[in-house]
Amino acid sequence: MPKDSSIKKVLVIGSGPIVIGQAAEFDYAGTQACRSLMAEGVETVLVNSNPATIMTDAGMAGSVYIEPLCARTVERIIEQEKPDSLLAGLGGQTGLNIAMELHRSGFLERYGVRLIGTNIDAILKCEDRQLFKDAMEAIGQPTIPSRTAETVPAALAAARTIGYPVIVRPAFTLGGSGGGVAHSEQELKTVAAAGIEASPIGQILVEKYIFGWKEIEFEVMRDAAGSAVTVCSMENMDPVGIHTGDSIVVAPALTLADREYQMLRSAALDIISAMGIAGGCNCQFALDPESFDYAVIEVNPRVSRSSALASKATGYPIAKVSAKIALGYTLDEIKNEVTGETFACFEPALDYVVVKLPKWPFDKFAGASRDLGPQMKATGEVMAIAPTFEAALMKAVRGAEIKLDTLNRPYTGRTPLARRLRNMDDLRLFTLFEALKAGYTVEELHALTRIDEWFLRKLRGMAELELSLAEGLTEEKIALARRFGYTTAAIERLSGEKCPESLPSYKMVDTCAAEFDARTPYFYSVPAGQHCDARERVTHGRESVLVLGSGPIRIGQGIEFDYSSVHCVRTLRDMGYDVAIVNNNPETVSTDYDTASRLYFEPLCPEDVMGVIAVERPVGVVVAFGGQTAISLADFLVSRGVKILGTSAEGIDLAEDREKFDALLGRLGMERPKAAAAHTMDEALAAAEELGCPVLLRPSYVIGGQNMVIAHDAEDVRRYMSVILSGGNDNPVLIDKYMPGTELEVDVISDGERVLIPGIMEHIERAGVHSGDSIAVYPPVDLGEEMTELICSSSRRLALALGTRGLVNIQYLIYEGRLCVIEVNPRASRTVPYLSKVTGVPMVDIATRVMMGETIESLGWPDGLWKAPPLCAVKVPVFSFGKVPDANSLLGPEMKSTGEVLGVGADLTEALFKGFSAAGYDFVSAEGAKRRGVLLSVENRSLGEIGTLVRRLDAEGLHLYATPDTAAAVRALGCYAFDIGQAMNSASVGALLERADIGLVIYTGALHDDTMGDYIGLHREAVRRGIPCLTSLDTALAAAGVMSRHLSLDTVSLWKI
Amino acid sequence: MSKAYLLLENGEVFAGEGFGAPGGRVGELVFTTGMTGCAESLTDPSYAGQLLCFTFPQLGNYGIARPDMENCRVWPLAVIAREYCPEPSNFRSELSVDEFLRENGVPGLAGVDTRRITQLIREHGVMNAAVTPSEPTAELLERVRAYRVAGRVAAASVSAPVRMERPGAAFSVALMDYGYKKSIAESLLELGCSVTVYPHDTGAAEVLAAGHDGVMLSNGPGDPADNVYEISQIAAMMGKIPVFGICLGHQMMALAQGARTVKMKFGHRGANQPAKDLKTGRVYVTSQNHGYAVDVDSVGAAGAQLRFVNVNDGSCEGLDYPELGAFSLQFHPEAHGGPLDSRGMFGRFISMMGGEGNA
Repeated sequence: MPKDSSIKKVLVIGSGPIVIGQAAEFDYAGTQACRSLMAEGVETVLVNSNPATIMTDAGMAGSVYIEPLCARTVERIIEQEKPDSLLAGLGGQTGLNIAMELHRSGFLERYGVRLIGTNIDAILKCEDRQLFKDAMEAIGQPTIPSRTAETVPAALAAARTIGYPVIVRPAFTLGGSGGGVAHSEQELKTVAAAGIEASPIGQILVEKYIFGWKEIEFEVMRDAAGSAVTVCSMENMDPVGIHTGDSIVVAPALTLADREYQMLRSAALDIISAMGIAGGCNCQFALDPESFDYAVIEVNPRVSRSSALASKATGYPIAKVSAKIALGYTLDEIKNEVTGETFACFEPALDYVVVKLPKWPFDKFAGASRDLGPQMKATGEVMAIAPTFEAALMKAVRGAEIKLDTLNRPYTGRTPLARRLRNMDDLRLFTLFEALKAGYTVEELHALTRIDEWFLRKLRGMAELELSLAEGLTEEKIALARRFGYTTAAIERLSGEKCPESLPSYKMVDTCAAEFDARTPYFYSVPAGQHCDARERVTHGRESVLVLGSGPIRIGQGIEFDYSSVHCVRTLRDMGYDVAIVNNNPETVSTDYDTASRLYFEPLCPEDVMGVIAVERPVGVVVAFGGQTAISLADFLVSRGVKILGTSAEGIDLAEDREKFDALLGRLGMERPKAAAAHTMDEALAAAEELGCPVLLRPSYVIGGQNMVIAHDAEDVRRYMSVILSGGNDNPVLIDKYMPGTELEVDVISDGERVLIPGIMEHIERAGVHSGDSIAVYPPVDLGEEMTELICSSSRRLALALGTRGLVNIQYLIYEGRLCVIEVNPRASRTVPYLSKVTGVPMVDIATRVMMGETIESLGWPDGLWKAPPLCAVKVPVFSFGKVPDANSLLGPEMKSTGEVLGVGADLTEALFKGFSAAGYDFVSAEGAKRRGVLLSVENRSLGEIGTLVRRLDAEGLHLYATPDTAAAVRALGCYAFDIGQAMNSASVGALLERADIGLVIYTGALHDDTMGDYIGLHREAVRRGIPCLTSLDTALAAAGVMSRHLSLDTVSLWKI
Repeated sequence: MSKAYLLLENGEVFAGEGFGAPGGRVGELVFTTGMTGCAESLTDPSYAGQLLCFTFPQLGNYGIARPDMENCRVWPLAVIAREYCPEPSNFRSELSVDEFLRENGVPGLAGVDTRRITQLIREHGVMNAAVTPSEPTAELLERVRAYRVAGRVAAASVSAPVRMERPGAAFSVALMDYGYKKSIAESLLELGCSVTVYPHDTGAAEVLAAGHDGVMLSNGPGDPADNVYEISQIAAMMGKIPVFGICLGHQMMALAQGARTVKMKFGHRGANQPAKDLKTGRVYVTSQNHGYAVDVDSVGAAGAQLRFVNVNDGSCEGLDYPELGAFSLQFHPEAHGGPLDSRGMFGRFISMMGGEGNA
């Protein structure tokens, strides 16, 4: 079927900020879709609230709106742009929800907008449990049998039809508390009675217990003519029970015989056909490893994280094909660009193994439970490709940035191995390996975990190899170690002997297992001695540049760095270079096969990067855009004689080494907060004494402010030092004088002579809150001319002194009228996409050209501060605490946000209103807060600051509820607050939130362990009820200011890039 | 682990480790891109006379379950894999691929760059090759170059008719065995047919006289044009009884009606080939294993209608003979291994015989 010519103008809804469960994969999908639409000559309008995305670049669509993803905003954009179609299946759940809302309200029909690429009926069927079960039943697809029961006899009857074992899930209890497994009638009597008791409505779900079933996924595509194909099968190494986003996943499925594989493949195709989906769909199955029994667990009728993974694992561009299907094309009309000879109806054949390993945020959430279950907790993932499972797993592990390059993770706790083996947590892979080395058998581990013995045997093979390496190296052992993906460094460490270095060969990902001569330059490494597809293709006809990407998405290093990497690659290609990129994140645009001239899907680790360099022989390597991941490779590369493009390794070191940097500041006559270093408790206490509390404690090399804390007194210092020291850190702990002033941030581009300052950003939250968690305002609202001058001149001098060629990010602090330098990052920062978009200065493009030797002047850009456009913009952080409910959400020097949104308005209040709306804070609506209660608890040392905040909230007619001291302070201001007494630290805090109709929680200062528990409990209850919690008085004051303006999404301006 | 080698017709040598049965073999080297279906491929008679290279790097993870066998023995002369699994994991696994090959006297070669081998076949076309446990010699290379696949249909076929009864069968089908896959017979049995398997060289008169409702022409190895007698007998049956041909059977039907077949550069072997039904526009993902194809340009003169084409290369995937009450498919609707998407094609055969199948 040819293209549907009635589709002329399409609105695409993006997925908004990065949160756990919805990450960069939708930027990848959206970008692919927008490009496909544009290539088809369809006019495209895009809306997304996330500025750190490629899809929101000017030029990705005819019109790009960076606006809150709220139904009303999308309606207004439709009113303004008058598209004829809406493509919503690419924006994750967010985009889908809005499309559904507009469909249900009849808005789309009224405005003559067709929903394309999405089947409303299918979505409804997939989202509602009962409808889903009914739909599956109607097409003869099994689901997990279950029945509700309100009495023990009814439960027993249910179990008789379902068959034992069964799991009892009490209705309406969160986290499934009160449930359990029963293997017999006898057991069920007890479990069912307990469950009915636990449920507030006295109801339980009796469900077939499928512990140990395999979890298998299929990505399928179908066109409107009814042709359907599977793109990829995936097998979770972890059996059902752990969210697939938190599971180690292999592709294709590795333990299924053809009978099982085809049975599930056919089921997936039957499902997509029966649901009438035209486009992509993800089907998840549970498969009994002991029979052909299976159950459909979940169906996602849209592109997803799994489809991004499947696209990267196979080379089949699911989002692109989905977009074309939405336009009316059939699979046999869509050419596979990878081969140039095949079509989208050709199912990919893989001749390698893919492993995906999740990246979890537990390093940022000390104390949060590491247990994995049905709720996804990972922020990102890495993918690895190799001919063997072992090598793919090793690549994934060393690329995951968990400070490991083998499966040997030192365990420092006291829990015995036997107990730890029972934990379904993020460490299970390493615990299993430890157990295999300790002599556990595959059978024992299988009995405990139900992980297929095939995987366990592979791990056992690796454990055996490691033990044999320790007995001395032989050529055979080295060859096997390389086949298993061990680096030279790891072989040497495990054997204690020298091992000759060896440069890998590279094979191509081509969707067809070499059946066709593919064009895509998408490679992965294999041990030396095999034919190298990459060497065959790298002609060295043009100078090549290697760009290092930023690895997995994690707190502190998110999609912003992929944005910068992609822009750097594009500029280099525009300049005529051959550009190779190394990255291992399957969710991103940078790992799309046509972003760079050549893509190496490899870990960003020393030996892996050197292997690529040996093939590419680049004129230099770019480390400045891949965040800390890339920049930390600079020293190693220089030691190997590799040229670093842009700021030199010495310049990088000068900025990152505190002593050298202090000396530099001294020479420049600039101030920074006084600091000292301490190795021991006594040194730390002495330093704190000398600097005067409060002080900031942190270990030396940091990412996202990990392990940083503010200590207000000697007791705090003692407590944190003991935590830091227990981590076995050899590096000194740095202790800074903490100055709670105004924080500012600048991103600067320098060519060594001139300095372009695209903009200065001011943080709403005072210093002490990590810059990534602060609301950053551009341009600054109350920065005097003199101070602006000073910041510009300081930035200039710093940039020049560091020998900057490209971007440098500088963070300042104004405290008591004095300007201090807090930190300098000699690389692209988190704020680059934000600032690029609001200033219109293509920062990465300029920085890249400058790196390659062009000058700011020759590029036509001025020296000094870029004139701010007449608007106000805010970057508002977005958190994912709903997914990790036991994490401490108090803002501090440690970064906790997972994403960000942009709010642009005529003034600060409007920008904040839009930013808050986009971030999902619903207390700022025009009608005023729907819930009238505000819960206020402020630490005593800050009670003097709450005057304006309290008066504003009071003036809004909100009801204040406060902890005793705070309530007294509120009353002293002449306002009223209910004293909640000790309710905060009781189990009934949830009931209080309900009773008091709380719509906003403002809570500061629970840094002490004794109150932190209370706060985490309160926060968990609030998150469950969708109540925002603000933990900085500065944020709260800004929010109160917005509330008093009574703005509405109906009337605020719409901002188009 | 013993060393072993693959010697290609062009003189290239790949060194790896031997597995399976000891010894060396000379044959035609082909590759399959199927990612599952190890037991099914190894027992497919169409691989007779060939050395089979698996492009998927993990062979036999799930072991061999005897019910998955398409024939009673292993047919490729030797097997080439990147890695085979000595300890399979699957509830139905009875033995490992290594044990299976030993049992069948078929040597294997592992630890070689199978992607490179595939690329060489892709670039040069199918080549003869040898798997050998000793360093390849000039003499071996000569033998490799002289090798031809011949007489394989006779070797693969039953020697006397075999009757497979199905209680209450509505139809009786004659299955001409040129090296048939068990799943073809099973597909017919499942649809209510009793099946009589005939030796490849059974005369048309004998088959027609047996009172069957239809004739099913099976898959099989080698060059279709070699089977001159069989083709003449097919010609004698077409038009007198509904005929359905698969793979080699499809090619021989075309030859019987005067069309041509051509040897493809390296054929289609795998589970992912898209075949488009020109009548409905629907594309089926199909299981395939063939090195020859019916020349699309020759079908018109043969009174056939091109019904299915390969979406990638436009080659002939299926023909209708509306005047003769016959049709044929290049791909394998019986699957095993491979997708089950086109199983409905057997229904068309049933309806041709007067039953209620889906056309």
